[in-house]
Amino acid sequence: MSFVVARDIFQSYGTRPILQRVNVTVEEGEFISIVGASGCGKSTFLRLLLAQERPTRGEIRVAGAEPAEEPGRDRGVVFQRYSVFPHMTVRDNIVAGESFRTRWGMFSGAAKRAARDRADETLRRIGLDHVADQYPATLSGGMQQRLAIGQALTAKPRILLLDEPFGALDPGTRLSMHDFLQDLREETGMTVFMVTHDLEEGFKLGDRVLVFDKPRWDPHDPNAYGATITYDFDARDGGIPFQRIKEDTHVFRPA
Amino acid sequence: MRLINRHPGRLTRTALVALPFLLAFGAYAIGSDIRLTANPSDKLLPAPSTIAETAHRLFTMPDQRSEKILLWGDTAASLIRLGLGVGISAVLATILGLLIGLLPYVRATLAGFVAVVSMIPPLAVLPILFIVFGLGELSKVVLIIVGILPFLIRDLSARVIEIPREMIVKAETLGASTFVIALRVALPQLLPRLIQAVRLSLGPAWLFLIAAEAIAAERGLGYRIFLVRRFLAMDIILTYVIWITFLAFMMDMVLRWLSRRLFPWTEASL
Repeated sequence: MSFVVARDIFQSYGTRPILQRVNVTVEEGEFISIVGASGCGKSTFLRLLLAQERPTRGEIRVAGAEPAEEPGRDRGVVFQRYSVFPHMTVRDNIVAGESFRTRWGMFSGAAKRAARDRADETLRRIGLDHVADQYPATLSGGMQQRLAIGQALTAKPRILLLDEPFGALDPGTRLSMHDFLQDLREETGMTVFMVTHDLEEGFKLGDRVLVFDKPRWDPHDPNAYGATITYDFDARDGGIPFQRIKEDTHVFRPA
Repeated sequence: MRLINRHPGRLTRTALVALPFLLAFGAYAIGSDIRLTANPSDKLLPAPSTIAETAHRLFTMPDQRSEKILLWGDTAASLIRLGLGVGISAVLATILGLLIGLLPYVRATLAGFVAVVSMIPPLAVLPILFIVFGLGELSKVVLIIVGILPFLIRDLSARVIEIPREMIVKAETLGASTFVIALRVALPQLLPRLIQAVRLSLGPAWLFLIAAEAIAAERGLGYRIFLVRRFLAMDIILTYVIWITFLAFMMDMVLRWLSRRLFPWTEASL
């Protein structure tokens, strides 16, 4: 059984369909890029994966478990903005990745010192140790996103969900964030879903690129139909994509 | 150059800040002088020097009968009432604001009710408070609470709702319970807003305090002002008014300083 299975997902807001008939299976450790035009349900699909919303029909199972009812520790997330806590220092933001699951949301005594040491180690790895005592607002956009990713990984999720994480960054910072993300992935081997507007970014980082689009389009009522996955590209092999045929065409295919 | 782009220099700015104060003082001094030359025993606009003398007497000389300095006793009585009223309101508003802002069930139950209650004119229910809580300290403190608590609750719950959903979801993915989200995410971000809201509600709090003291009290700043009004003792009234203004201004300064001192991260974001 595959690690993440989305089966026959429909999602509508009121009478307006957003997603229809979305089916996808993902193996553990895959990096999935999700692209598509604005308003084609990419972020909705991510929220469904996150269990922030529940689908109108269908279900998403992770590792064969029952569909989740609310966001939890098995799914980490980084949004484009507001992903770190502004009232905590950079170090405390990392510590929060471990301490929030406790009863009072904080450590004391020896556990606190140990958590701080681990946080400092994490900060060294993500190159933020020199700003450990500053507040996030004093950091650049790239540093804030690095902190957000570091914080999400501290909680050791099984899936990492990224909603346009580099959308607000300048091109140079974006490239260094790509390296950062690829390094982290090699280390952890985590399953990642990333929504992006940038096709190049999607193909560069992803093992697979899912394209969301509306299969039918009514010119008199553009909102009549929802979007679904229209292409499922294989983006591996040194970034040379080849298209995988989704239909069973009864044609010989080398294994 | 457009007017919106013209800024005063340091010196000009200081002069401009002082200008309205000097003008107001000058206007009063001239008005008082005109009336006093016409009638030296006029009591309506006492000369600034008379006010200064009265102030000196009020701040230092004990009352002949009770042998206590009345002004300090009045100040203490009023500040205790004000502190209790504002303090209790702030604590209740923080708890209720968090509950209404975070929990949809509490929001559905209380938000409409608070919105309606906040429309009740507090002074209209003052007689009820006097009847229910008596003429003692309690009814004055309750009037301040009735007056500012609904505003504080509405303001603070709106601030909690304003916290970006992303931040709450992020905390959920780190495994935080509702309690931990309230304690570690919502409350710390609410406290600077609480200080702002308390600063704004200090004006109404003073209003309700003085109104309650004017009607029924044995001491207090508002009581004294309304007492000496019978003797047309403008010098005493003006001294008390200046003193109250000074106290209110100092409270505002202290709260602003506290906000900057305790929550350095709010400054960093600006």
